Amino acid sequence: MELFLQQIVAGVATGAIYACVALAVVMIYQAIHHLNFAQGEMAMFSTYIAWQMLQWGLPYWLVFPLVIAISFVGGFAIERIVFKPIENAPVLSHIVIFIALFAIFNSFAGFIWDFTIKSVPSPFGEGPLWAGAMIGKHQAGMIGVTLVVLALLWGFFTFTRVGLAMRAAAVNPESARLVGIRVSMMTALGWGMASAIGAVAGMLIAPVVFLEPNMMLSILLYGFAGAVLGGLTSPLGAVIGGFIVGVVENLAGTYIPVIGGELKLPIALFLIVAVLLVKPAGLLGRRVVQRV
Amino acid sequence: MAMSDETMTGAAAGPKKAAPVPKGRAAATGTNSALGQGVFLALLAVAVVLPFVLSGFKVFQMTQLMVYAIAILGLNLLTGINGQFSLGHGAFYAVGAYTAAIMMENLGIGYGWTLPVAGILCFVVGFLFGLPALRLEGIYLALATFALAVATPQFLKLTPFEEYTGGVQGIVIIKPDAPFGLDAVLNADQWLYFFTLVVGLFLYWLARNLVRSRTGRALMAIRDNPIAARSMGVNTSVYKATAFGISAMFTGVAGCLGAIVIQFVAPDSFTFALSVLILVGLVIGGVGWLPGALLGAAFVVFIPNVAEEISKGLAGAFYGFFLIAVIYLAPQGAGGLLRALAAKLSR
Repeated sequence: MELFLQQIVAGVATGAIYACVALAVVMIYQAIHHLNFAQGEMAMFSTYIAWQMLQWGLPYWLVFPLVIAISFVGGFAIERIVFKPIENAPVLSHIVIFIALFAIFNSFAGFIWDFTIKSVPSPFGEGPLWAGAMIGKHQAGMIGVTLVVLALLWGFFTFTRVGLAMRAAAVNPESARLVGIRVSMMTALGWGMASAIGAVAGMLIAPVVFLEPNMMLSILLYGFAGAVLGGLTSPLGAVIGGFIVGVVENLAGTYIPVIGGELKLPIALFLIVAVLLVKPAGLLGRRVVQRV
Repeated sequence: MAMSDETMTGAAAGPKKAAPVPKGRAAATGTNSALGQGVFLALLAVAVVLPFVLSGFKVFQMTQLMVYAIAILGLNLLTGINGQFSLGHGAFYAVGAYTAAIMMENLGIGYGWTLPVAGILCFVVGFLFGLPALRLEGIYLALATFALAVATPQFLKLTPFEEYTGGVQGIVIIKPDAPFGLDAVLNADQWLYFFTLVVGLFLYWLARNLVRSRTGRALMAIRDNPIAARSMGVNTSVYKATAFGISAMFTGVAGCLGAIVIQFVAPDSFTFALSVLILVGLVIGGVGWLPGALLGAAFVVFIPNVAEEISKGLAGAFYGFFLIAVIYLAPQGAGGLLRALAAKLSR
């Protein structure tokens, strides 16, 4: 029982990261109805920027918002520069550009900061939350930050004019344009926010998995699994999905002998395929109806 | 939560074309014209002479080029002809490669026999993966295959199969010599080159005939307008799953040849990067244009070397910028450029 509880707590903690990545995935999906395969690499790159600033001796709680801001601008710029010109291109073109961005970020990170593993300090400190607690300080911090991000997003979409405009642009671009919303600007804003959320996820996970150019690939896959499970149209669903994926991953790794530590990625594959087959809309998402 | 109330309306999800495809049937079916045949014969002549004038390593590289060309050809049948995406063809390549390695080293079977076995096995695997993928369109199919590609190395490292797959260590394969007393004329590298060339020509012939057949027309009809195809009596699910199987078969045979040529398989040779490489080759060569596979393969084999010379470790970035440039300037790849040039010349 002790082990079981411990695994669930650990699962919830890793799930917080997947939830963050899933949130970023959903943000982009809302804006452009695509999955950003470069999301993980963008987050990785943001994390490297954070590491570099920490190396320069800046305090963590200055670096944190600074990197989020830089990532926001970066994501915004990528949408404006790379994706604006091919807005109406076929799906394959978009996928190819995502893959291209993936390669560019991965390669540049390796080029600038080389491929050796780097450790990033945790802002929440080491050790358990309190003496004898099952949960570590950093794990608790990860869960807390994820929930704060979710709450901020909810507030933003519910109470601000820009949030309302973004929702309108996502639901019905034509009508949104008619009432004076700059739909393409909303798309770019979505990219910026997704990139910023990705940066948060990257900075939170780096103390756990260590920083290296390929660190986000498998995390992105779990993030996708969480987003699909929760429903690609629902931020709350994405967070719930991310937590579920984290717990399932940990429990399966502990209790199914074949899986052990090594078969964890295929779990994500099975989850994705299973959800897409059984309930493509996910837990909280709305079914996408296409008019022919 | 308010945000979850959002639904995609018809306006947001208007019908989108699946892939950039060349116009007209002749373009899609490859060499048809006299010009095309002339180019084909000239290329073949060069291909036959090449291994006798190039150094050993260059011959090896050319063999690898042909191997990738076959893999790209497989993906082209799926994406270019049938309009389905795959970011996970590295997985089928891996299945083919491991089939060759296990049959040759564990079971002591001759390398020639590994090709049909790898082909059939990959067809089955591809068909089975294609079945659930039928319900997934566009971006979701890309997601499922992405997951497949990322998970592949871990599948290969599975402990229960370690006895056969060699686990993380992988399997070393002994390079076959030329048979029938040909070893007096050809060294092992040259023999593998010609072996790959013949297999490649055969597969290309197969692919071309497939595209020109009734089945090929059905596949293209599904790509261009699935609903119309269905109402014309095309069984879309069977054709789509079959297309997945055939595509996987081509890529699997390529993997099989690749393993024999490189003489080594290990889980970390079949990462997501391999799937990316096949996709890059497809886009550069031209989606929907079969001969483009050769150009795409040449790009993925030689460009990393060039990029490494310019700046170490930047091959990926080079790929990336090149891909973006292709999508902007020549969305139909090298094939589209060549066709435009040929159209200008023949006017």
